[in-house]
Amino acid sequence: MPTKIGKYTTRLDTSPSLVSFASVVSKKEGEGPLAPYFDMICDDTSFGEQTWEKAESRMQKDAVSKALQKANLSSSNIDYIFAGDLLNQCISSSYGLRDLGVPFFGLYGACSTMAESLSLASLFVEASLCNTAVAVTSSHFCSAERQFRFPLEYGGSRAPTSQWTVTGSGAAVVGKQVSPPYVKHVCVGTIEDMGIKDINNMGAAMAPAAAATLSRFFEDTVTGPDNYDLVLTGDLGQVGSQLLDELLEREGYTLGKKHNDCGLMIYDRETQDVAAGGSGCGCSASVLCSYICQAIQAGRLRDVLFVATGALMSTTSVQQGESIPGIAHLVHLSSTPHKGGK
Amino acid sequence: MKLTPKDYQGMADKAAPSTKSYITIPSAFVIGGAICMLGQAIQTLYITMGLERDIASSSTSVTLILLSALLTGLQVYDKIARYGGAGTLVPITGFANAMVSPALEFKSEGLVLGLGVKLFTIAGPVIVYGTAAGFVYGLIIFFFRLY
Repeated sequence: MPTKIGKYTTRLDTSPSLVSFASVVSKKEGEGPLAPYFDMICDDTSFGEQTWEKAESRMQKDAVSKALQKANLSSSNIDYIFAGDLLNQCISSSYGLRDLGVPFFGLYGACSTMAESLSLASLFVEASLCNTAVAVTSSHFCSAERQFRFPLEYGGSRAPTSQWTVTGSGAAVVGKQVSPPYVKHVCVGTIEDMGIKDINNMGAAMAPAAAATLSRFFEDTVTGPDNYDLVLTGDLGQVGSQLLDELLEREGYTLGKKHNDCGLMIYDRETQDVAAGGSGCGCSASVLCSYICQAIQAGRLRDVLFVATGALMSTTSVQQGESIPGIAHLVHLSSTPHKGGK
Repeated sequence: MKLTPKDYQGMADKAAPSTKSYITIPSAFVIGGAICMLGQAIQTLYITMGLERDIASSSTSVTLILLSALLTGLQVYDKIARYGGAGTLVPITGFANAMVSPALEFKSEGLVLGLGVKLFTIAGPVIVYGTAAGFVYGLIIFFFRLY
């Protein structure tokens, strides 16, 4: 059974497993440093579909199918699916997964959605509400640009603090404890707003949320950055990562080399022209469900705090002059389960 | 001590890399200047071909618009604009790009509700406030009898 420890953290005593995981990305991500770890790299950004929205749905469907295939499961073995994306009304998820016939929870946590869906899937398994649940999210550069910014062919220039939406999807199948990676803790974030209004600097808007969630988790579990191999934030990018370090330093925690960010890992910022790094809920999902989970499985990483961060604004709220609220959810993944908790 | 939004804004400003103006301004000047030079060359060509000066000028604008629309469709204009900045935005080619890019992007939502509605999403404000500014300018001329 899940045990609440401290005010914010939940300990998953049975340590559910990420039974399998899969990632699907497109050309630009396939040219990045993590290319060898992705399951599918599609050179055609439209994934053979007529619209960008359909392309994103297709990507999410492919990620789920691939993850199920790797675990030798079919959709009939899945009890629940927790899915989300960045598009209005989460259409990538609902259209992409409509043929599966699996009980469906649509989630919106902006770029934090992978940690949100993985938390919920793990908690459902932990609480014995189901045997197997899937967590999946996606984002697509082209569908996000046309919804949040400008048409693709428009010749606008990008701010140096802006981030590049990752075209990618990641899916994880969560089941009872069998093999690593294990989910040991979940820490749900609160909405934090430090008044940042610049839509081109979302890393700065989200960093306070990541700092709040991390320091609460350290406090609840009486641990610190030294107890973990990696503190992996979702998509803070260059600016947000620096701010997170500074904010946690004020709380008395030094992240130093323990910290990395999916948005900084997925592209080569020197050569790929992505300004402050990658973003989007496909960013953290595709990095987690490839390089990171493979490293935990192989024992190269033992304890990882996956902290996906989201900026909870809309184009309307930004145009109305509102500041950008941020959120960050934490999932503690490990190569070893809790002792005696099966 | 609790961090105030004002303190945090200061931290964020400090962490944000600034635009490299020593690169962007010269490249905007060169690319924007090149577009204008191309316009001048086209106009001179039209005049030597026997067009009157004012007809040659409007034909030049039309030619630049055509070129910009074509390059937008071929996904080249946005790549030039990456380096051109205001140099590709300010000339008439930037306006053409602002009209053609939503037309291409939103045709997936249909000819009326997609293309028709979204065609002016970027250029619309320019047209509205351009017309309004023209009206104010006209009033000034009218009342102060500058002509």
